[in-house]
Amino acid sequence: MANRIARAGGALVLVSALALSACSTGAGTDGGTDAAGACTPSDGPVTLDFTTWLPGMEDAAAIWNEKNPDIQVKVQTGPNGLGGTYKNFFNQIEAGNAPDLGQIEYDALPNFRVQDGVVNIADCAGVMDAQDQFIDWTWSQVTFGEDDAVYAVPQDTGPEALFYRADLFEKAGIAIPTTWDEYAEAAKQIREEGGYITNFSQSDINAFAGLVWQADGQWFKNDGEAWDVTLDSPESIMVADYWQGLLDDDLVATLPAWTDEWNNGYNSGEVWSWVSAVWGANSITSGAPDTAGNWAVAPMPQWNEGDSAAGNWGGSSTAVLKGSEHPYEAAQFALWLNTDPEALASMNKTANIYPATKTGGDLPAFSEGLDFFGGQNIYDVFAAAGAEVNPDFTWGPTMTQVYTDVADGFSGAISGSGTLTDALTDGQQKTIDAMKAAAIAVNE
Amino acid sequence: MSATKTAAKKHHGPRESLFSRSGAMLVMAICTFYFLVPIWWLFVAATKDRSDFTTSAPLWFADFNLFENIGNLATYRDGLFFRWMLNSILYAGAGAAVATLFATMMGYALAKYDFRGRETLFNVVLGGVLVPATALALPLFLVFSQVGATNTFWSVFLPSIVSPFGVYLARIYATSSVPDELVEAARIDGSGEVRTFFTVATRLMTPAMVTIFLFQFVTIWNNFFLPLIMLRDEKLFPVTLGLYIWNSQVNQIPEIRAYVIIGALLSIIPLIIAFLSLQRFWRSGLGTGALK
Repeated sequence: MANRIARAGGALVLVSALALSACSTGAGTDGGTDAAGACTPSDGPVTLDFTTWLPGMEDAAAIWNEKNPDIQVKVQTGPNGLGGTYKNFFNQIEAGNAPDLGQIEYDALPNFRVQDGVVNIADCAGVMDAQDQFIDWTWSQVTFGEDDAVYAVPQDTGPEALFYRADLFEKAGIAIPTTWDEYAEAAKQIREEGGYITNFSQSDINAFAGLVWQADGQWFKNDGEAWDVTLDSPESIMVADYWQGLLDDDLVATLPAWTDEWNNGYNSGEVWSWVSAVWGANSITSGAPDTAGNWAVAPMPQWNEGDSAAGNWGGSSTAVLKGSEHPYEAAQFALWLNTDPEALASMNKTANIYPATKTGGDLPAFSEGLDFFGGQNIYDVFAAAGAEVNPDFTWGPTMTQVYTDVADGFSGAISGSGTLTDALTDGQQKTIDAMKAAAIAVNE
Repeated sequence: MSATKTAAKKHHGPRESLFSRSGAMLVMAICTFYFLVPIWWLFVAATKDRSDFTTSAPLWFADFNLFENIGNLATYRDGLFFRWMLNSILYAGAGAAVATLFATMMGYALAKYDFRGRETLFNVVLGGVLVPATALALPLFLVFSQVGATNTFWSVFLPSIVSPFGVYLARIYATSSVPDELVEAARIDGSGEVRTFFTVATRLMTPAMVTIFLFQFVTIWNNFFLPLIMLRDEKLFPVTLGLYIWNSQVNQIPEIRAYVIIGALLSIIPLIIAFLSLQRFWRSGLGTGALK
């Protein structure tokens, strides 16, 4: 009896081995990337699944489907990445039924790379040539500095600038700060007026990372063998100390971000400015409707006078997920989606995305002044900022854990136990532990 | 004051003091308030337009825009929200009906038939009550993806028709409320087992069945994790998942927030209807289960 089971098991293994080899030879000839890295078109019509959380992506896909009857794209929707879609991607990759294409934010991409969840599409026609079309730093986000490797096509970016209440600053006779020193000075004056210069969010650790990014700081570095973790790099600590100083002197509000309280803080004029990404314009417009016309946008304050460094907050890419049977077609769609003016205009209309291409700022939607910002064309400021973002900033492979751990420390600092700097040094150790636990090589 | 006190004593016996009574009432009032305030907030928020939402008092009305808001929701993305409502009603209604039938049949069989392994089987089912649905979602996903059935109606429906708690309740109830003599009499009269179950047992077990149905209906309606893992196609979403996804898009499209709020209000209406219409049966069912 036992013998029979063993034999049946052996037969099963043999059959699946055959099936596997059949699959891989098949992939080599009629599409798919084989070991040599070729990326060739499939025979016959193809249907691709694309999972995203951008509202209205079907509209962009419809434009493509119209033009490419042989490569149809079906859009599937999920919650935003950290809200469940990444977890689902990993489950699906493990189960072997991941969608062909998926939306992945830059900060999550290293995690997919480390877990071998995304396909290297460098050999797919046109991918390498597209490099020049994208803002330099977005291209580094999808290649990780590896030669002959592209793990996704950049989609959108979040270059940062300073949103401020032009009317309040003018009435109080406070100059718009161009350096962080001036910003701290302005914070004191605004406090005397009864307001707060800005709100410091305990939960948006990637907003804080944007500030570190602007200061030329690094949190992670991969030398091809192992990761350096530098949450406590000098630049990072400098930024933390700066904000800790403002917190200690009660010069910034500490409303929980993205809540009604927070909206109300801006709507009532209690909070006067916000260093945020280009998409922050929507948040302000919808959260503070009573202040329409009174806002303006200026470049971020600088650490050194005369500099023009900008940070970045957010941004996504379109990746071909492991297990896709049609990486060639998937790569073609990903390229088209993120470079074609019609596609970019569609995504901008339905989801307010700000494209990662160098010419993305030329979309008609970005050419007009906005009434909410007193008629200013704010996108000029953001386009200039996009070009000033340090291209070398690298995200780590365990960002979800980093965000949670550091946010715990930040909320402690805001309620008076510990400091932001403590949060970073604790986060440093926890991150190293988490990476080791996940068997990811770390330099110490 | 003392007059009321003596009056209270006269009516309710000597052991119940006014103090403990009003204490209990106070606790109840606080609890009621605590549970109703969020629903009140939701209702008030759903009547506001976007600009009033941030500017006016959170617990009182500004301009009454409830019907405009519902109208906007109905047209947003071709009425996708109402499709989700229908999906939820289908998943929860049909799922709970089938689950009730299965649970009642099994509970009845466990109560009325003596067979080997009966207690073991019952204990296994009881064990099933203790396993949280979220812990099963991922293994279910792997199983369904083996047979290529993820992202289908069945991937959410099939797991919903299993109710170990229903089996437990049905067995307890059948033991106490379906007399063996009656089953015997039916057999002597020539009724087959299936016919006996449907014509005799189900009549007697109606309160338990309503209870199981209601419990399962609420469980499926609120089940969020399983659809989150299984479904990609937004036309298949139940309303809980759909609203969650919209809520996660608020940063991109701020106006969705209004739809999430009005949608959340509308999504609790079927639950309220189910509770109010089945409450009578439900209470008698629970009571019987507890007493016997």
